[in-house]
Amino acid sequence: MSSQNLFELSQVAKRFTKGKETISIFHDLNMQIKEGDFLAIMGPSGSGKTTLLNLLGGVDQPTEGQITFDGQRIDNLSEGQLAKWRANNIGFIFQFYNLMPMLNAARNVELPLLLTNMSRSERKQQVKVALELVGLSDRASHMPSEMSGGQQQRVAIARAVVSDPKFLLCDEPTGDLDRQTADEILQTLQLLNEKFGKTIVMVTHDPSAAKFAKHTVHLNKGEFVKAEELLV
Amino acid sequence: MSNIMSQSTAVIVMNIRSLPRRLWMSLAMVFASAVVVAILLAFLAMAKGFEATMQSAGSDDIAFFMRTGSAAELNSSASKEQVNLIENAPGIIKDEQGQLVSPELYVIVDGVKKSTQQEANIPLRGLSQRGVDMRKGFTLMAGRMFTPGTDELIVGAGILREFDGFDLGQEIHFGKYTWKVVGVFSTGGNVFESELWADAKVIQNLYNRGSSYQTVRARIGSPDDIAAINDYLKSEPRLTHEVQTESAYFATQGKSLEYMAIFGWVISSIMALGALAGALNTMYTSVSDRAMEIATLRAIGFSSMSAFIGTMVEAMTLAVLGSLVGALVAFIFFDGLNASTLGGSFTQVVFSFQLTSDLFVKGITMALVIGFISGVFPAWRAARVPVIVAFQSAR
Ligand SMILES: Nc1ncnc2c1ncn2[C@@H]1O[C@H](COP(=O)(O)OP(=O)(O)OP(=O)(O)O)[C@@H](O)[C@H]1O
Ligand SMILES: [Mg+2]
Repeated sequence: MSSQNLFELSQVAKRFTKGKETISIFHDLNMQIKEGDFLAIMGPSGSGKTTLLNLLGGVDQPTEGQITFDGQRIDNLSEGQLAKWRANNIGFIFQFYNLMPMLNAARNVELPLLLTNMSRSERKQQVKVALELVGLSDRASHMPSEMSGGQQQRVAIARAVVSDPKFLLCDEPTGDLDRQTADEILQTLQLLNEKFGKTIVMVTHDPSAAKFAKHTVHLNKGEFVKAEELLV
Repeated sequence: MSNIMSQSTAVIVMNIRSLPRRLWMSLAMVFASAVVVAILLAFLAMAKGFEATMQSAGSDDIAFFMRTGSAAELNSSASKEQVNLIENAPGIIKDEQGQLVSPELYVIVDGVKKSTQQEANIPLRGLSQRGVDMRKGFTLMAGRMFTPGTDELIVGAGILREFDGFDLGQEIHFGKYTWKVVGVFSTGGNVFESELWADAKVIQNLYNRGSSYQTVRARIGSPDDIAAINDYLKSEPRLTHEVQTESAYFATQGKSLEYMAIFGWVISSIMALGALAGALNTMYTSVSDRAMEIATLRAIGFSSMSAFIGTMVEAMTLAVLGSLVGALVAFIFFDGLNASTLGGSFTQVVFSFQLTSDLFVKGITMALVIGFISGVFPAWRAARVPVIVAFQSAR
């Protein structure tokens, strides 16, 4: 696995303005994420974990500073360009799965492929592979409402990887699941990282979830801190 | 481009499938646009039916003479001498028996409407066989022609349908005179079917008209002959008449219910405003109901255009669905509906509502306008749903 930086954040600042009030989340954030890493981001509520994830995922843009992905700046892309960039490079996994309730598992997984030029049969094939990967081949025609939380999150993982992005972003992927189901999901993420070389950034509150990652960083009030400092 | 197509198609499919979540709101929007379209079509069909009844009565090859300034047949007059002068006008076709000219009388009698049991005016037309022959599509449906010189009359099919007491063989009393119905005629649904016909000479006699008539019809070769006839009328000081083709006369008469169409547009537009308010609400609700899905798709990389298109299509679909329901209702309840109304001579014109395909197009256009306006603002909002909504836990 190469140790090239996939992501580089330099002097990133992020502020939200609501009316007259300005909330500063980050003021000088510097960070590198190496290709092939599985990084867990921990930290108390309100520390900016989701905000960081959104910046990495091209869902939100920094107020100041630069973000580069694979050597290309993404902080100055337009909305439309970002959408294309996300489609090509990022797979999202959400806490509440965010499946489309009116589509069956296979159709949900197929969604990112609708943004490609793949033919219908290619898409079908790809969906099949993705569902096999998460162990849900037999659930292809099930609706989300007919599946457990863990199964739904697997479908969501299949959807995130179906178009083979380099990078997976997970916001509390196990936040809504029991321990055993959570571990199964985390093992799947581990497999994606180790066997398929996906770079993963995962936000979590759960220390035992973070153990599945290769590295863990802690955010506090918009800054990275060493784990030991937190304990003090 | 094919990309935006497949994105939008997927979004449209999802929107339509999520409709059951918003079932009642969506049905309310369908219902509202159905009502608007049904009402619009009812008025338009009425105006259309009336217009068709009038217009189809007129012929291009009949010159129609009325005294200058009389708006309708009832107000016109023509003395025996004037009729003779008109016969000498240029362009009038003749056969072995002379000029093809029909001087006619037009008086008003009372009838009782079946629908309301109220008295209403019916025209009693005095004419000769020559005049009868000038009516295109004339057929005797039952009985026989009236015998000249007698108090026999034939009754139009529309009168028979809408009024009491005109059945074949029946005796009718108008004032002190008694008439006998000896035949029922049709003229293919046009305004002449709303008349009673009898011998002009008998009516002159009974109604003290001496030898005078009211209007004159004359067969001409082509509508172009009207100009020459007009010159002739102007050059003859004893004639105080104007001439036009019979179709031109009835076309003008047919416009007299045009205000119904205008009224229909006004009423349905006002109602459309109400429907629009509801529809906007429905569509805004749809967008907030789908916010999570929209944001998730945007995170995956779907364009904001697809969210816009999906919402527009949903609005248009609901509105057009409504218009189809409205059109169907209008068709079932109004198409062919018989009605009668006051025509130009203050007499009842029996006609039926006509829901023609061009009216359907108007109804659907109305719905498309409702759908467009109620869709475009919510669709704009859908396109602006922030992607971060996908990460917010509140469901
Ligand atoms: N769109 C926004 N507008 C204004 N403030 C925001 C916005 N998004 C986040 N914030 C604020 O930024 C801070 C960090 O939020 P963020 O969601 O990144 O925290 P978090 O670490 O993910 O917390 P949690 O563990 O509760 O999910 C919070 O104080 C939040 O209120
Ligand atoms: Mg968060």
